Amino acid sequence: MAQVSLRRIVKAYEGDVQAVKGIDLEIADHEFVVLVGPSGCGKSTTLRMIAGLEEITDGEIAIGGTIVNDIPPRDRDIAMVFQNYALYPHMSVYENMAFGLTLRKFPKAEIDKRVKEAARILDITPLLERKPKALSGGQRQRVAMGRAIVRDPKVFLFDEPLSNLDAKLRVQMRTEIKKVHQTVNTTTVYVTHDQVEAMTLADRVVVMNHGVIEQVGPPQELYHNPATRFVAGFIGSPAMNFIPARLEEASGALRLQLPQGIVLDVPEARTARYRQHAGKPVLFGIRPEHLTDDKPTDKTNPAPLSLTPEVIEPMGMETLAHFKLDGAEISARLDPATPASVGAPLRLIAHMDQMHLIDPTTDRVL
Amino acid sequence: MAADGSLAMSGTAGVSAGRANSLQRFARRRSTIAFVMTLPLLVVIVGLVAYPAAFGIYLSMLNRRMTAFAGTLNFELLFESETFWMVAFQSCFFAITAVLLKASIGFWLAHMLHHIPNNRQRKWRGMLLVPWVIPPALSTLGWWWMFDPSYSSINWLLSIISVPEVPWLGHHWWARIAIIMVNVWIGAPFFMIMYLAALKSVPEQLYEAAAIDGATSWQRLRYVTLPMMANIISITVLFSLIVTFANYDIVRVLTNGGPRDLTHVFASYAFQVGILSGNIPRGAAVSLFMFPILAICAFFVLRSVTRRNKEQM
Amino acid sequence: MSATTAGRDTPGIYHKAGSLRAERRWALWTAYASLIFAAVIFLAPPFYMLITSLKTSGEIAGMAGNPWLVRDPTLENYWAILGNPLFRQFMLNSIIVTACVVALTMVISILAAFALARMRFWGSQVLATGVFLTYLVPDTLLFIPLYQIVGGLGLLNSIWGLVLVYPTLTVPFCTWIMIGYFASIPKELDEAALIDGASWPQMLLKIFIPVALPGIIAATIFAFTVSWAAFVYPTAFVTTPDNMPLTIGVVSQLVRADTFAWGQIMAGALMAALPPVVIYAFLMDYYIAGLTAGATKG
Repeated sequence: MAQVSLRRIVKAYEGDVQAVKGIDLEIADHEFVVLVGPSGCGKSTTLRMIAGLEEITDGEIAIGGTIVNDIPPRDRDIAMVFQNYALYPHMSVYENMAFGLTLRKFPKAEIDKRVKEAARILDITPLLERKPKALSGGQRQRVAMGRAIVRDPKVFLFDEPLSNLDAKLRVQMRTEIKKVHQTVNTTTVYVTHDQVEAMTLADRVVVMNHGVIEQVGPPQELYHNPATRFVAGFIGSPAMNFIPARLEEASGALRLQLPQGIVLDVPEARTARYRQHAGKPVLFGIRPEHLTDDKPTDKTNPAPLSLTPEVIEPMGMETLAHFKLDGAEISARLDPATPASVGAPLRLIAHMDQMHLIDPTTDRVL
Repeated sequence: MAADGSLAMSGTAGVSAGRANSLQRFARRRSTIAFVMTLPLLVVIVGLVAYPAAFGIYLSMLNRRMTAFAGTLNFELLFESETFWMVAFQSCFFAITAVLLKASIGFWLAHMLHHIPNNRQRKWRGMLLVPWVIPPALSTLGWWWMFDPSYSSINWLLSIISVPEVPWLGHHWWARIAIIMVNVWIGAPFFMIMYLAALKSVPEQLYEAAAIDGATSWQRLRYVTLPMMANIISITVLFSLIVTFANYDIVRVLTNGGPRDLTHVFASYAFQVGILSGNIPRGAAVSLFMFPILAICAFFVLRSVTRRNKEQM
Repeated sequence: MSATTAGRDTPGIYHKAGSLRAERRWALWTAYASLIFAAVIFLAPPFYMLITSLKTSGEIAGMAGNPWLVRDPTLENYWAILGNPLFRQFMLNSIIVTACVVALTMVISILAAFALARMRFWGSQVLATGVFLTYLVPDTLLFIPLYQIVGGLGLLNSIWGLVLVYPTLTVPFCTWIMIGYFASIPKELDEAALIDGASWPQMLLKIFIPVALPGIIAATIFAFTVSWAAFVYPTAFVTTPDNMPLTIGVVSQLVRADTFAWGQIMAGALMAALPPVVIYAFLMDYYIAGLTAGATKG
């Protein structure tokens, strides 16, 4: 068990393409950190540099206080779970899990003990004699995890481990991974492009984009206080609405001037924070769940507005309505009981205490 | 590997310089292992292919006793010899006719195999590949016996439908036809297997889409199968051209060049001149004549293969 | 599959349904007719060889009747040829040469293919192309300079000269298809092995060779058939009967012996052809995988 430190890590390929542009990250012992971001953001490259599968162009990576830049993967004391599981097709489940220990010349009895224990944790004891070909996707996933667990490494590395599973199994295995982490409590670095996975699994989420870290923080913080437009739009589903607006000051209060003459009042609590930006164009960000149908509530500084839906998507527990406002796509979450129909104007409430303002020139949340 | 590029960017030059060295060392060690592993292959390629090729060119420029340099004399003498031109004609005639026949028969059979139910294909494929499996020199021996002037079993069959006796190996045109027949018999199964593999790699949905678009079976063949197989067809044809053009076994066993040296191809003529008559330089010169034609084919094979790789990526 | 569309019967609405089915049946008959015709032609020569090998010399010499039938089958030709010490020597030579060449080929090509497929190094791309090009070089192009080289080494009329030159026939193709097989192994598998603590040799022995076993079998079969059937090199380099392998031995020595020994010649040829045919019969799928690998993988 150990902490992992990344100091100014750079990965450059030939032709000066930088996949990772100098990131810093401290991962504490026992922590479960998820690197999340769109494809090509450098998250997998970062993980593979921690594993030692990619050379580090510049910067330092330390595992448990030792700088590992020059240490080959086998001596870094890490274990990795791959997206396509990478199970050795010619070995049984038992042999797959035992392989790393066999190569390290562990005594047979110890290997047996560890494999059986891992199999018990993962509930795959009856499968130990099978070949990977005879396993389902979820079972292969467990074996891949078992191979990591038996090694009892300093760090677990997961590279999009659930992407090859179908939606239902993915949710199930997500819970499974969390359970395993609670049992073995090994420092874990987990890469995914799925923000739901990131939110549900992580102690801390690292949002990456274009080779840099956009924001690091616990899931709730990322959700409530995104630092940049990218994070605001990436975390949460459906994604946050961004509406171009103008912040105006009138007799001490702030108002947002939206397209089509819509005016929303900025709550008093935010006035001090936003006053300096008065008079400038801004992006008004609000999540669909904070743009709901007109139901009288008191606590959330409701601001009414009226929009005409273009598409209605009933989801069962809620209904999504999509609008267009001067080119901006907007969605709102409605109570399924609300009678909504395409083309009929709908009265909505924006919960302004959950609003965000973004500077369109810097893309930072104000 | 990329160590040089990274050095330029690094701010802490001292630290990373030391590290880059060890990384370079790591990369170099990996290269060394790889080099050692490929060394035996290099020995084979350089020692047994590249060196003999160069040596062959050198040999072809010596005089008959291999005592003096003779320049292009051997080639000039060959150009003046009628036999040589006959050999060149026969080689080209043989290779082109045989490959065209093999390719069409192979294509036809592959198609027919593709039509029958999957579970029966294995058995038929197994039977039809037998000519390819038997060592050519030995099966040609069987053909030779079938062409035997007095005991020809083929002539016996022909006599049933009252075809007069054919002097298979006695007349040079019949002998040429016989050589082509045997080569086609040996090689057509290979084409069949290659085309069948290619046919199976065409996604069934394409045919379904074409059928729904109203294509007849002929149009499906013309607009779906052939374009999808174009590359594999060209690879197989060119490859077979090389092998057929350089063929030796069949001519050696069936006619040994006769009658009157009229069925020699480059390979058998080079053998005759170089090894049997002991004129090594002249023989080397004869076989070198195959080189330009083979090189052109090889160039196109390589191009098709690269193109195919790109398509598959 | 058009079978499902044609098979569904919707009489009345689609008048063509019935004719579609007839068309398919017609296509099937054409297919079987062509295949039967081809099979008869393709199998006739080996069949005739077998028939001849079962005949007595007298029956072969007698011109009466159908030569495709045998009246009193006998195995005496087989006993005679097996009793011939020369033939047994050919057999032994073939076995020694082929075994050595196959072993040599597989070691060379597996090592090289592993390095070329997985360890990118300076010139690896050029070398891979070079391998393919040497595969395209036919044996008849280089046998004369090789004759001089082998002669210079004093290996003419020796089976070791053949062991030396046969790898030019086998190594390029085997390396080429092994590169293809190794390249098709997912990269994550070696990364997993790397993290599990495997060194390069361990990775090759414990992961690559077992996973690519079908490819290795295919390549071995190829190397075997090619060295067994090799004809140009032994014809050129070996003139003493004692050192001849089967192919040239049967063709040159048995034929010369006696004009009416056709029964024995055919028996010898069939027995010489037997090993590749047996391997083919038992390992057909690997054999065909090896044949098609060159074009579909490369």
